[in-house]
Amino acid sequence: MSLNVEHHEPRVLPSEKPIRLLDNAGHALHGRETGGFELPPVERLLDLYRRMVVARRFDVQVTALTKQGRLATYPSAYGQEACEIGVVSAITADDWLFPTYRDSIALLTRGLEPGEILQSFRGDWHNGWDQHEHRTAAMATPLATQALHAVGLAHAARLRNDPIVTLAYLGDGATSEGDAHEAFNFAAVWQTPTVFLVQNNQFAISTPVARQTHATTLADKAVGYGMPGYHVDGNDVAAMYAVATAAVDRARSGGGPTLIEGLTYRIESHTNSDDPTRYRAARDVEHWKRRDPIERLEKYLVSEGALSDEVRAEIAEAGEALAARTRDAMSASPELDPLELFDHVYATPRTALAEQRAALEAELAAHSEHAREEVAAR
Amino acid sequence: MSTPVTEPATDAAASAPRPLTMAGALNAALRDAMAEDDRVVVYGEDVGPLGGVFRVTDGLQAAFGEDRVWDSPLAESGIVGTAVGMAMYGLRPVVEMQFDAFSYPAFEQIVSHVAKMRNRTKGRVSVPMVIRIPCAGAIGGVEHHSDSSEAYWAATPGLTVVMPSNPADAYSMLREAIDSDDPVVFMEPKSRYWSKAELALPVRTAPMNRAEVVREGTDVTLIGYGPTVRTALDAAAAAEAEGLSIEVVDLRSLSPFDDETVGASLRKTSRAAVIHEAAQFGGYGAEVAARLTERNFFHLAAPILRITGYDIPYPSPKLEEHYLPTPDRVLEALASWEWDLA
Repeated sequence: MSLNVEHHEPRVLPSEKPIRLLDNAGHALHGRETGGFELPPVERLLDLYRRMVVARRFDVQVTALTKQGRLATYPSAYGQEACEIGVVSAITADDWLFPTYRDSIALLTRGLEPGEILQSFRGDWHNGWDQHEHRTAAMATPLATQALHAVGLAHAARLRNDPIVTLAYLGDGATSEGDAHEAFNFAAVWQTPTVFLVQNNQFAISTPVARQTHATTLADKAVGYGMPGYHVDGNDVAAMYAVATAAVDRARSGGGPTLIEGLTYRIESHTNSDDPTRYRAARDVEHWKRRDPIERLEKYLVSEGALSDEVRAEIAEAGEALAARTRDAMSASPELDPLELFDHVYATPRTALAEQRAALEAELAAHSEHAREEVAAR
Repeated sequence: MSTPVTEPATDAAASAPRPLTMAGALNAALRDAMAEDDRVVVYGEDVGPLGGVFRVTDGLQAAFGEDRVWDSPLAESGIVGTAVGMAMYGLRPVVEMQFDAFSYPAFEQIVSHVAKMRNRTKGRVSVPMVIRIPCAGAIGGVEHHSDSSEAYWAATPGLTVVMPSNPADAYSMLREAIDSDDPVVFMEPKSRYWSKAELALPVRTAPMNRAEVVREGTDVTLIGYGPTVRTALDAAAAAEAEGLSIEVVDLRSLSPFDDETVGASLRKTSRAAVIHEAAQFGGYGAEVAARLTERNFFHLAAPILRITGYDIPYPSPKLEEHYLPTPDRVLEALASWEWDLA
C-alpha cells in the first residue's frame, strides 16, 4: 500500500556525491555534479563573498576575545561560512531563522549587532535580541528542539495566509535527536514552508558522524518523510545558495519542506573548552583547510575579473570595522540588575516571586552597607 | 483543508442550567473560547473526528474546520514544540497530551522552551498556550494511563499548573487558562470526567490562581486537588458523624500556590493534611507541608500529614484500590495525631 502517492516528489535518493557548482580550484562545473542547479550570477556571488569574509573576521575576533576571557564560551563556525552564509542569504527579512549556538555568523546577515549576538555567550542574559524585530529566534542549545518551533511558526503563518518561510539550522549530531525526526515528519505531513539545513561538520563535539548514522548521507533521511533531500558540498557557497534558493522558492509557493545537508568541516574546536587533538588528526584538519570555502569562491571571482583590489580593500575594511565594533561591545561591562531575574518569568505577577525579589533586594542592600563600612574602616 | 465554520459564541447569553459532565464542561469551554478568539487552535492525537479519547474535543472539528482543530502525528514533543512556534506567531494553541504518561516525550519542550521563553527573552517573546493533560488514576487504566505527574510541572519555574476538581471550575479555569498570557499546564483528573453538575454557561468561578474552601470546618484542614477533593469531602462527611469538623480546601492551582487561602484555613484549624494520588516522596504534598510549616509553625497543633499514594509505580487495575488514598485512609491518618480535645 502506498500513502499520499499524488503528493510525493520522485522517490530518488540524494546523490552520494555532493552537489557542487564550483570545484576546489574555483572552476565552474557543468553536468551531473551540479544536480541541475545553475551558478548564481557573479554579483550575487561577490555579495556572498563579502559576507563570508566579514563573517570570518568576526568569528576570528570573537574566538580571540573568548581566549582573553571576555566571553564565557564561543562555538566557532570557522570553515562553515558557505553553509552559514549561503543558506541564510536565500531568505528574506520577512522570513524566520531558527539558529543553533554555532550560528553567530549567520545572525550577522539578519541585521543583528555583535553585542546582541554575543550577549548570551558573555553571560549577561540567555538571549540578547528582539526576536520579532529580526525574525530570528533565540539560539537553541538543546539540540533539534528549534526545528519544531520553525515548523510550528511556519504552520501558523500558513494558517494566516502569510507567505513566509522558516529556516531551521541543525548540526549532524542533532539529526540523531527525536525532535529532528518529529520536525521533519510534522513539516512533511503538514507541508509547512520550512527549510532544514543540516550542517554536517563531521563532529558532534568529539563524536564523528559515522557514530550518528548508518545512512550514506544525512540527506537520505528526507526520503522517508516524503520530502526532497539534497546532499550538497557545504564548502561551495554557490551550490549552498542555489539549492537553498530553490528550496525557499518551493516552500513559499506551497511545495512544502526540504532537507539540505551541507557537507563541511569544523576547523576550530567545539568551543574554547574542547581539546580536538584527543579525537582527530591534525592532517585531517589540514586537509579541510585546503578546501576553504572563501578561497574557493575567491579563485572563481578572480578568474571572472570580479574582485578588484579596491573591492578587496573595501571588504577588509568592513571586516575590521565589524571586529572593532565587536571588541567595543565586549569591552563594555553593562550594569546587570540582579533584581531583573524575577521580572520576566511570568506575565501574571506572583506573590512568591515578589517576596523572593524583596529578599534579594534586602540582601544586596546589606552587602553594599557592609562594603561601605569596610571602606570607612580602612 | 475545509472551510472553517464558526459557531456563535455561547457567551453571548447565559444558557439555562443543564446537567454537564466535566468532560462536557471542558468541551463547552473550548467551543466558547474558539468562537470568541480566532487565535485559538486545538490539535493533538485523535482530537479531530474522534473528538479525543475522552471526547473533550467532541464536535469541535465539525464546528470550526480543519484549520482550527486537527489530528497531529503521534508525537508529543512535536505537538508541544510546534505549539511553541505557533504561539510565537500569535496563535493560542490548546494541545492535548492523550494521557499523563504520554506527556513525557514533551518534557524537554515544556521545561526547556515553554517554561523559559518569556524569561529568556525578557518578556519580548512569550508562548501562551494550554497543554491539557488528562491525569491520575482510578479508572481501571492499564500501565502508563494513570500517572500523577503534577510535581514535575509544578517544580518548573515559568509554568502555571492548575487542576480543576468539578465541572464548573473545569469550564471557568479552562477559559481563563486560554486567556492567560502565560503558558498553562492544565491537568484534568480522568476519574472526574464523568462527574456531573447543573451548570448555566458561561459559568465563572474564582480566579484560577486561587484555592477555595469548599467545605467549612473548625478542627482540621484537608487539602486536596483534582480527584482528591472528592476524597476529602467524603472523609469530612464521614467525620462529621464522629463529631470532627473538617474544612476542605481545593487548591485548584498548584503553581502558583495560594498561601493566603490555605494558610488562613490552617491558622483557623491548626491541623492540616494534604491528599494526593501521586507517590509521597518528593511529591507535591512535600512542598505544601514544608511551606505551610515554615509560615505557620507556631499555629500548628500537630505535624502536617501527607496522605498519598505509596512510593511505588502506579499499580495495575486490579490493585489500584489498595494504592489510592480513600476517605477511610484519610480518617485513619487523622486519628494518628494526638488529639487533646479537652
